[in-house]
Amino acid sequence: MINLTVNGSKVSVPVEDHTPLLWVIRDVLGMTGTKFGCGIGQCGACTVHVDGEPRRSCLTPVSDVADHDVTTIEGIGATKSGKAVQDAWLDLEVVQCGYCQSGQIMSAAAILDMNPEPSDADIDQGMSGNICRCGTYVRIREAIKQAGKAVASK
Amino acid sequence: MLLDRIKAAGGGVSRRRFLQAGAAFGGGLIVGWVEAAEAQETGAVDAGVTAFTPDAFIRIDREGKVTVVSPSIEMGQGTYTSLPMLVAEELDVDMSEVAVAHAPPSDKLYGNPALGGAQITGGSAAIRGFYKPLREAGAAARRMLVRAAATKLGVDPSELTTANGQVIHAKSAQKIGYGALVDEAAKLPVPTTLALKEPSQFRVIGTPAKRLDGPEKVNGTAKFGIDAQLPGMKIAAIAISPVFGGTLSSANARAALAVPGVQQVAKLDDAVAVIADHYWAAKKGLEAAQPVFDGGRHAQLTTADVVAALAKASERDGAVGKKEGDAAGALASATTKLESTYENPFLAHATMEPINCTVQVSDDGCDIWVGTQVPANAQLAVSKVLGIDRDSVRIHNHLLGGGFGRRLEFDFIVQAARVAQQAKVPIKVIWSREEDIQHDMYRPYYYDKISGGLDAEGKLVAWKHRIVGSSIMARFFPAAFKDGLDSDAVDGAVELPYDIPNFFVDYVREEPPGIPTAFWRGVGPTRNAYVVESFIDELASAAKKDPFEFRRELASNNPRARHVIERAAALSNWGTPLTGRKGRGMSVIFAFGTYLAEVAEVSVADSGEVHVDRVVAVVDCGQVINPDTVEAQLQSGIIFGISATLWGEITLKDGRVQQSNFDDYRVLRIDEAPKIEIEIVKSEEAPGGIGEPGTSALAPAVLNAVYAATGVRLRKLPIEAAQLRSS
Repeated sequence: MINLTVNGSKVSVPVEDHTPLLWVIRDVLGMTGTKFGCGIGQCGACTVHVDGEPRRSCLTPVSDVADHDVTTIEGIGATKSGKAVQDAWLDLEVVQCGYCQSGQIMSAAAILDMNPEPSDADIDQGMSGNICRCGTYVRIREAIKQAGKAVASK
Repeated sequence: MLLDRIKAAGGGVSRRRFLQAGAAFGGGLIVGWVEAAEAQETGAVDAGVTAFTPDAFIRIDREGKVTVVSPSIEMGQGTYTSLPMLVAEELDVDMSEVAVAHAPPSDKLYGNPALGGAQITGGSAAIRGFYKPLREAGAAARRMLVRAAATKLGVDPSELTTANGQVIHAKSAQKIGYGALVDEAAKLPVPTTLALKEPSQFRVIGTPAKRLDGPEKVNGTAKFGIDAQLPGMKIAAIAISPVFGGTLSSANARAALAVPGVQQVAKLDDAVAVIADHYWAAKKGLEAAQPVFDGGRHAQLTTADVVAALAKASERDGAVGKKEGDAAGALASATTKLESTYENPFLAHATMEPINCTVQVSDDGCDIWVGTQVPANAQLAVSKVLGIDRDSVRIHNHLLGGGFGRRLEFDFIVQAARVAQQAKVPIKVIWSREEDIQHDMYRPYYYDKISGGLDAEGKLVAWKHRIVGSSIMARFFPAAFKDGLDSDAVDGAVELPYDIPNFFVDYVREEPPGIPTAFWRGVGPTRNAYVVESFIDELASAAKKDPFEFRRELASNNPRARHVIERAAALSNWGTPLTGRKGRGMSVIFAFGTYLAEVAEVSVADSGEVHVDRVVAVVDCGQVINPDTVEAQLQSGIIFGISATLWGEITLKDGRVQQSNFDDYRVLRIDEAPKIEIEIVKSEEAPGGIGEPGTSALAPAVLNAVYAATGVRLRKLPIEAAQLRSS
């Protein structure tokens, strides 16, 4: 049994230590907003926050996050940057198929937590690990900048 | 063109459809289309309506909430917003009052008239197929609500207007919400003649509407097929024979079952699935099972074998796609003659949502939770495999985490049904990304020979194009494969936006042994535009003309094409100098009913690596429904096209696919994305498709830009950096 905190709730999961956090979230806890994309940390669809830092949950053994705070897409709207990113995403109509967007939003919120006025280079660095096959990159870039303004002004 | 051919091939024969309306279960009005066999031409509401009562295009409940049961599925292309917009326009409701629902499988109720009446989402055909029927359904519902209100108020219908989901009687200052009228409206006959709005009256169509699927996609609540959850459900990981057509020799079930959480091992002829409490346990169980496969007769196949067979096939005469004038004669007498060979690689779709399907087989049939572009086809296929009635197979469609043609296929749905058949609980089969890449159904390798002739003034007088490759239509839609001609294989090669007096296109079918082939974003036009528009550039160069001017002259009798060409040139600063190893390239296409010109600006590094810096796109897709979607789809198509042009390639060795994941099947990332500028031509012409053209036009624009930057003409995709190294 491993104890962790997910979106503020304490949970205990009966899985082996090496089980990736992704499958604990999806198949054991039944929270499906966090997505499986590649399983090797190449695409970023599974991005969550652990103690506020972005992590690829497909490569994170659940035992690594025992007794840590995990935030998923279902909980990120409760944070200032997460809410700002979701609002900007809707305002600029970023999503298409939407499958990668949970991961994109988690990565974007993490960038703004560090710096609400990211340069293009900062965005490239923070977002290049997140693949979008629908090609929403142009709008993602704009939405992060817009969200940053909202974060900075609050 | 393709769509016409499907219709001509019999897809649409005798499929007369009639508007029907009636009462919804539990109250409310439903309006939709139904095939003649189940319709009553009078539009009466009793017997005939029963067959389509469970669902229709439009449902209006007693609260006035409008639900559009979308005949096309949402896979990112914005169809769950643009199709409801058509209804909202004619029904006079605000988009905020409209919800959208997935359609169950039924060609009869949800078949796309532009796709031979089949319930298929593909070919950039949703708007083209449903532009009129959905508006008519909305207009019919509105008329019935108005008549119900007229009776209620005791006034003539001509005194009534509608707005924002209400019928308004201005004279008496009375308003009645649609919800209060639905039960009476449902008893009325369906109007036999319907006046649709003129474009000048549009207030929804042509304006940017917010995506109805936006909110759920930013907070994690959107449900894709992979998100299906059912009581008692177990998860399966699967290993399929790495060689196509191979069979399962052995799998160690005992070792798999020893892994904690593993419940069952299900063997198929060509695969083994390990079923467990969660995916990780299933994956570990699969590893423990150490499956062994017998590759069978294709176990030695390489890409080179496929290409050699195509090259040999290109010596055969093909089925004629189009013949005008005397191409051979004109070529022989041309002042300048060019001849080139172009090659298109195998491509995987690599949708972000890996292939998956959830199935429960029970005593009363089979339930399937999946995201599919072909619910009715999938239903039929599973009913055959399980040997049960078609109606006993219930498909619960979901949002698609990308389609691009991959989810036009039901191989994985049938496979999941075979696995679930061996279990007593619902089984969700999830393919690893490696299985997804290595057991895709691939865009086929194509091999084209093309020649052209110029007269003494550099005018294009002869054109001969031979297209060689797999026929997807022969398998997918046999009626569209006639006398050796695959209508998709030549789509985008036969109807050029140019005047060429002596013109000949033929097609030679040659199948890669054992390799499953399928549609891929942009279908025929994507493959053909790359060849045609690259070769047009070669001819311009041979004629010593500017590639833009050369195209403009060729399109001089085609005003829509000429306009997008000229606007793309102007917006891209065509002709202004660029420094270093940079260049601009143009392409223009007429495909999916849409005219599109793209100009790509590229930088070529000394290493030969190509970066696309900027893409300008000017589109004339006729009447625009949602301009925001048109822009988004062009951005999307361009990015998708860049991935394929720069890196997209599936190769074969020892009968198996060599690529496996995003580390070796590279796709574009945000730091590699170009600036994209889009201009949409204002038009009231019939709406064209928009999901695919952006991809179709991209590769030749980039290759032509590479030529402008380096002087090197590439005739094989993807770009090979070694050929572009600076010495």
